[in-house]
Amino acid sequence: MRRKELCILLTFSTTTEAMAMEAHASAHGLPGRLIPVPTVIHAGCGVCWKAPIAEKPRILAAMEKEQLPYEGFFELVI
Amino acid sequence: MIYFDNAATTLHKPPQVIEAVTKAMTTMGNCGRGAHPSSRRAAGAVYEARQKLARFFSCSREDHVVFTANATHSLNLAICGLFSPGDHVITTVAEHNSVLRPLYRLEGQIGLQTDYIPTDAKGVLQLSKLEEFLRPNTKAVICTHMSNVTGNITDLETVSAFTKKHGLLLVVDGSQSAGYLPISMKEMAIDILCVTGHKGLLGPQGTGCLLLREGISLRPLTVGGSGVQSYLKEQPPKLPEALEAGTLNTHGIAGLSAAMDYLEEMGLEVIKEKEDALTRYFYENIRHIDGIRIHGDPEGSHGPIVALNLPNMDSATLADCLAEDYGIATRPGAHCAPLMHKALGTDTQGLVRFSFSHFNTCEEVDLAVTALKELRQQD
Repeated sequence: MRRKELCILLTFSTTTEAMAMEAHASAHGLPGRLIPVPTVIHAGCGVCWKAPIAEKPRILAAMEKEQLPYEGFFELVI
Repeated sequence: MIYFDNAATTLHKPPQVIEAVTKAMTTMGNCGRGAHPSSRRAAGAVYEARQKLARFFSCSREDHVVFTANATHSLNLAICGLFSPGDHVITTVAEHNSVLRPLYRLEGQIGLQTDYIPTDAKGVLQLSKLEEFLRPNTKAVICTHMSNVTGNITDLETVSAFTKKHGLLLVVDGSQSAGYLPISMKEMAIDILCVTGHKGLLGPQGTGCLLLREGISLRPLTVGGSGVQSYLKEQPPKLPEALEAGTLNTHGIAGLSAAMDYLEEMGLEVIKEKEDALTRYFYENIRHIDGIRIHGDPEGSHGPIVALNLPNMDSATLADCLAEDYGIATRPGAHCAPLMHKALGTDTQGLVRFSFSHFNTCEEVDLAVTALKELRQQD
């Protein structure tokens, strides 16, 4: 059975915002990946950025510093 | 075949464009419709293309690059999404039907008021008349950057100074100029730029885009699937999805993206220089043919187009002779620009348009010159 873990999820309003996140993460070595938005979360875009909970400060700092747009922030066990 | 119909569509595409389309068709899913690798690959390709186009045209935001099927689609989006009853718009007689028909329709539907800047005998727009057409309810100026009939280039600096001075929106049809002339939305103060991907940008047919200055709001032309905010009854409000209902032409966009790389690598100045040289070489070698009538202002500010007629010969007949007897592809007729033809006095005869690509050669031009000389003698 797949093990569930606490992680952070960033949701987006548009696919373009999600792709901007992926491009930035790829260029700057930020951990995480795009996954389908879990049904318990309401989000505009169908994909969200999932990263380990331990990376929360680093991810949020990067979002703020780079002014990367996102819709919502969640901590979820998935 | 010698292809001199590049103003209709460029036939010769860089090989990397074709390779990119093939790769996209074999590896990419639906952009924005999933998180699996093939969908993400598609979304990544589309995103990358937005970035390149935003950079190429100095559009301040990549999410303000809206993909469309062609320039007609872009112009319909702009025109139908911008105006309300009581608005007045200034446009020109040099416009293509992709501008004129949406305006005519709005004239009938909402009472849009429209004025048309005329041209002189060479088809050059008389921009000094802009002020004469200004009204209190004027909202925008819509103009082509280059006439698709004559190749005359519009002095956008003058138009832009006028729109800035009076707080009007500037909508530019870059169908013919994109990929030939540099276009900077920032420097030229363009509010909405409409381009197609399959002409000078060297991408596949079925690609185009509309680029918006930040702060411009358009009503969507079509609504439907967006991949985001699925439970909203309206189209999601954020760009670009606000104006991009339905599955994007990701395969074509991947090709356009590869074409943008080619243009960046090649450099517009090199492309322009080559096309200008071919145009000048052709013009210089045909202009003394007895009775030939060359339209437009080839010695003025002018792109890679030469428009002409031979006396007493229907333009369709001339184009057919060129194609059948010499294997030379040109475009006769009205070129979807009725007001320009009326201004030139060619609405009965039409004219034959030669339009060049940097992939053409002087040898090809020589053959066209010989063909015109022979056809003139046979007349």
